[in-house]
Amino acid sequence: MSEYRFEFKPYAEMTAADYAEVGFRSGLEIHQQLLTEKKLFCRCPAGRYSDHYDAEILRHMRPTLSELGEYDGTALMEFKTKKEIIYRINRETVCTYEMDDTPPFMMDETALDFALGIAMLYSLNLVDELHIARKQYLDGSIPTGFQRTTIVGVTGWVPYKDRRVSIVQLGLEEDACREVSDIGHRRVYLTDRLGMPLIETVTGPDMRTPVEVAEVAQVLRRLVRSTGHVRTGMGAAREDVNVSVRGGTRIEIKGVPRIPRIPLLTYHEAMRQWNLLRLREELHRRGVTPETFRSSSEDVTKILVKTSYEPIRDALAAGAVASAVALRGFRDLLNWQTQTNTRFSREISDRVRVVACLTKLPNMIHSDSLSETLSSSRWDSVRKAVQASSDDVVAVVWGPAEDVKTAVQEIAIRAREAATGVPSETRQALRDGTNGFERILPGPDRMYPDTDLPPKQVTEERLARIRDGLPVPVWTREAWYRERRLPADVVEPLAVSPWAGLFEGLVKDWGIDPVAAAVALIQFPKRLKRKGLDPERLTEAALRRIFALYRDRRISREGVYALMERAARGQDLPEIAEIHPATDEEIYAQVVESAGALKRTKVHDPAKKAHVLMGLVMTALRGRVEGATVRERVEAAAEGTC
Amino acid sequence: MAGNDDYKGYRGEALETLRTFGAMVWSDVDIKTSRGTYTGIILPRSETADALHIVIKLRSGYNIGLAAKSVELITISGRKEAHYKIPEKEFPFDPAKPRVKLLGTGGTIASRLDYRTGAVIPAFSPGELYGSVPELGDICNLETEKLFGVFSENMGPEQYIATAQAIGREIEKGVHGIVIGHGTDTMHHTAAILSFMVQDPPVPIVMVGSQRSSDRPSSDAALNLMHSVKTAAESDIAEVMVCMFGPTSDMYGLLHRGTRVRKMHSSYRSTFRTVGDIPIAMVSREAIMPLRQDYKRRRTDRSVKINTAFEEKVSIVYYYPNMRPDIIDSLIDNGYRGIVIAGTGLGHVNKPLYPALKRARDKGIAVYMTVQTLWGYVQMYVYDTGRDMMELGVIPAANMLPEVAYVKLAWALGQTSDPAEVRRIMLTPIAGEITEREPSNGYLIFQGGIPEVEEFISTIKK
Repeated sequence: MSEYRFEFKPYAEMTAADYAEVGFRSGLEIHQQLLTEKKLFCRCPAGRYSDHYDAEILRHMRPTLSELGEYDGTALMEFKTKKEIIYRINRETVCTYEMDDTPPFMMDETALDFALGIAMLYSLNLVDELHIARKQYLDGSIPTGFQRTTIVGVTGWVPYKDRRVSIVQLGLEEDACREVSDIGHRRVYLTDRLGMPLIETVTGPDMRTPVEVAEVAQVLRRLVRSTGHVRTGMGAAREDVNVSVRGGTRIEIKGVPRIPRIPLLTYHEAMRQWNLLRLREELHRRGVTPETFRSSSEDVTKILVKTSYEPIRDALAAGAVASAVALRGFRDLLNWQTQTNTRFSREISDRVRVVACLTKLPNMIHSDSLSETLSSSRWDSVRKAVQASSDDVVAVVWGPAEDVKTAVQEIAIRAREAATGVPSETRQALRDGTNGFERILPGPDRMYPDTDLPPKQVTEERLARIRDGLPVPVWTREAWYRERRLPADVVEPLAVSPWAGLFEGLVKDWGIDPVAAAVALIQFPKRLKRKGLDPERLTEAALRRIFALYRDRRISREGVYALMERAARGQDLPEIAEIHPATDEEIYAQVVESAGALKRTKVHDPAKKAHVLMGLVMTALRGRVEGATVRERVEAAAEGTC
Repeated sequence: MAGNDDYKGYRGEALETLRTFGAMVWSDVDIKTSRGTYTGIILPRSETADALHIVIKLRSGYNIGLAAKSVELITISGRKEAHYKIPEKEFPFDPAKPRVKLLGTGGTIASRLDYRTGAVIPAFSPGELYGSVPELGDICNLETEKLFGVFSENMGPEQYIATAQAIGREIEKGVHGIVIGHGTDTMHHTAAILSFMVQDPPVPIVMVGSQRSSDRPSSDAALNLMHSVKTAAESDIAEVMVCMFGPTSDMYGLLHRGTRVRKMHSSYRSTFRTVGDIPIAMVSREAIMPLRQDYKRRRTDRSVKINTAFEEKVSIVYYYPNMRPDIIDSLIDNGYRGIVIAGTGLGHVNKPLYPALKRARDKGIAVYMTVQTLWGYVQMYVYDTGRDMMELGVIPAANMLPEVAYVKLAWALGQTSDPAEVRRIMLTPIAGEITEREPSNGYLIFQGGIPEVEEFISTIKK
């Protein structure tokens, strides 16, 4: 009886019960840049991005043997790829530390303060003494080959719905390079982002459906933004998601571009794992286990030299070679569906692309393929060359001889892994919501102490100072806003807005109407943006002045907007003395003047006259009178202009 | 009975706390503190860290420190001791390949990581090196011998002599080439002294180290090792050389003559440079490309001149404005037999030092002048001051580097006290420590920021 009978439904039809059936579990690892002036372990400026570079450096990465005499799986994989790594250096953003030609400087204290503050908001147990570790990466994304990273706190939580999501740990670490290209055996990086301080928040695998994962990501995002200590904008926060199903493996998906994409990505990963487990069942049924797995390979260059299949024909003409690999007992299984519109053959071709560096696609064809590749007679010749029986599938790869040799090995490796289950991997998020292979998942083993820096004590005094400056948790603020009946669409943005503190002061200390304040602080800036103005020019000091006038009834709500607009234009705010509410006489005079002007212009719709007159008067008296007061006069006057 | 190692490195408050709960190093524990509960393995404490914290390694692999005074309870669930045993892998033997000997003096040219504890373990035997850098098996048959293991700033005559004697032995046994692993800080001092202690070797003697620790994936160690072993096995340059990176990129190494090379930056991979001349050759994984032809060629005989003289009472004095004569006087009063001055400009010191210099000459102390600027010749005829000093017995050392003059003077004074003989030894070049001429490309220091220089740098890899 199959353990994996459940069939995945289309995304929109899956229910919470379905996810429970497959044992869906998911956790988040969120990397968030901190808003500091300098980088974490050197004095370079943080946050400057540029494609311009002054110099290039070439490096190679070699793995370090562990005490067991074995290489870490990832390290071995990266070593197999034998990449040349090119780093583009911009003098303004990078010093000899980033180039790995100078030891680290002391940790940036602001970054540590920010990290500790956020750790407190997560109710984490903070460490007394920080120990900086080296986490090895061999893909070249960091020139030293390792990232300096440290743990600031463990075991905390955030509220979510009616329960708590566990926070396993919060780490403080340096950011990596930005990849420019990865073609064949050459990978190019820009180094501007390298070394910027990041916090890494790791949750427990507590989310039970794809939507929960995205919602929790939003909760975490809003919480850190409420501190004002994190960078915003593209790339400042990156989410990685872990997914596993019953009997599967914890798989990490990296490069999730935006939180709304998370549900579809996690759904596909759960589906992929589930389908790989079903594939394993099928293989076992056919008698194929890791022990009985067999494959064989042969060079088939001569056979394929005359093929009409362009990718191979052109490559061989340029001097490439081709090999065929027979996978015994795998007939039809390369077509086994893994994700939506994706088949098992892609799992294998991904390995060929990443590990053997055959990056030009298509990089593999197989004898059960549903698309047209080789002619059937040529397939027969190939099958014969590799002695494939009718139970076997044959895959063909082509390219430079060394790479093809690696590819042949990788095909056999991945096929054998299918008989074990779901291999430990890091996957990359793809645009359509599916995912592809990125690298073998590194074990927890590739970390060791960074002896270049001493351990750092976290004192009680420091913690007390940080605790005093902490903002009220986001969820507490939101609850209060709802109590004060703020419009629903304002509650969430205000809670994380830099004006949340100001808002609280205006309402609690000055008695200003919360809805008026919220609308002015959150909705009106959007209107300014639409007018092409920059609401970032509004300072807290300016807002206080404006609201003080409102508090004292010297200006109306319209007046608040008018002055905010002036401030956003960079204009000076008028002296307080100049601002006074319009007197009855002024209102009367203005109505008369505007009515006169109205008489001289043509109004298309007489019924709209009052409205037009209203507009003229309000513009003239901008901000100094409430609309309601004017309306009566206007309606009276409008009748008179008919 | 618990031994000292059971609480390795812990002292004071931290030790007391661990003892109270019987929680030894390597125990699997749950530690409950006033801040929370933490689960992991207790690690040894570093000697330079304070006595107030306990270090544990969490399951995730991270280390954290907990304040001993905040510990309320430690529960132990197991203990597994650490054993740094490295499994041997055989270095492959090929009768067609040349035999190269690697002598270890210190520095870590290759290492392994114990991920469980985070320790970096030096890898040195041929098997261990083969495991780290399997490419070596394609080049030669490698044997290794650890002579001693000191940080290079702790090197001295004892180490120089032992190394020179070991080299002599290996040459006698018919080795094809010698590689010496050495810390980089004083590699140039050792290269210089070995150039005098080991004369006319028939085979290449190549010193090598790594600027970036060999446990990191980006280390220059592996490539330096490959380059130096290739040189020892294949090149026809029979001299004492230093082999380190050319540019900071992984591109090629340089073979520098041992008497003209110097470490010029505290940390850059490209720190070693030949001063006042060009290097002997470039070396890559594929080829050795001589940049000049005036080097001593490999021979098939097994003879070499070993002379391990060394007088310890020699000093370098780095002149600075307002230096007082009592500095020189104290050297004289402490029985120093030789002084090398690194003077300013063409080789100058101030007038107040003259009486002390006179005193030194009268006491038969050998005083030699070199230049702080490193590049260029001492020329003491140009100014009166120089001429005066020569009258006082200060001998110009041409374009010998200050550190090289220091070791050579120690070597000379170790052989004779006769000033005339010392002078003959000092001023007769043995291994390029003094050159007859400085070519125009002996001093090529590009200045950053100049447009054409920046353009040049941006078009090539550094």
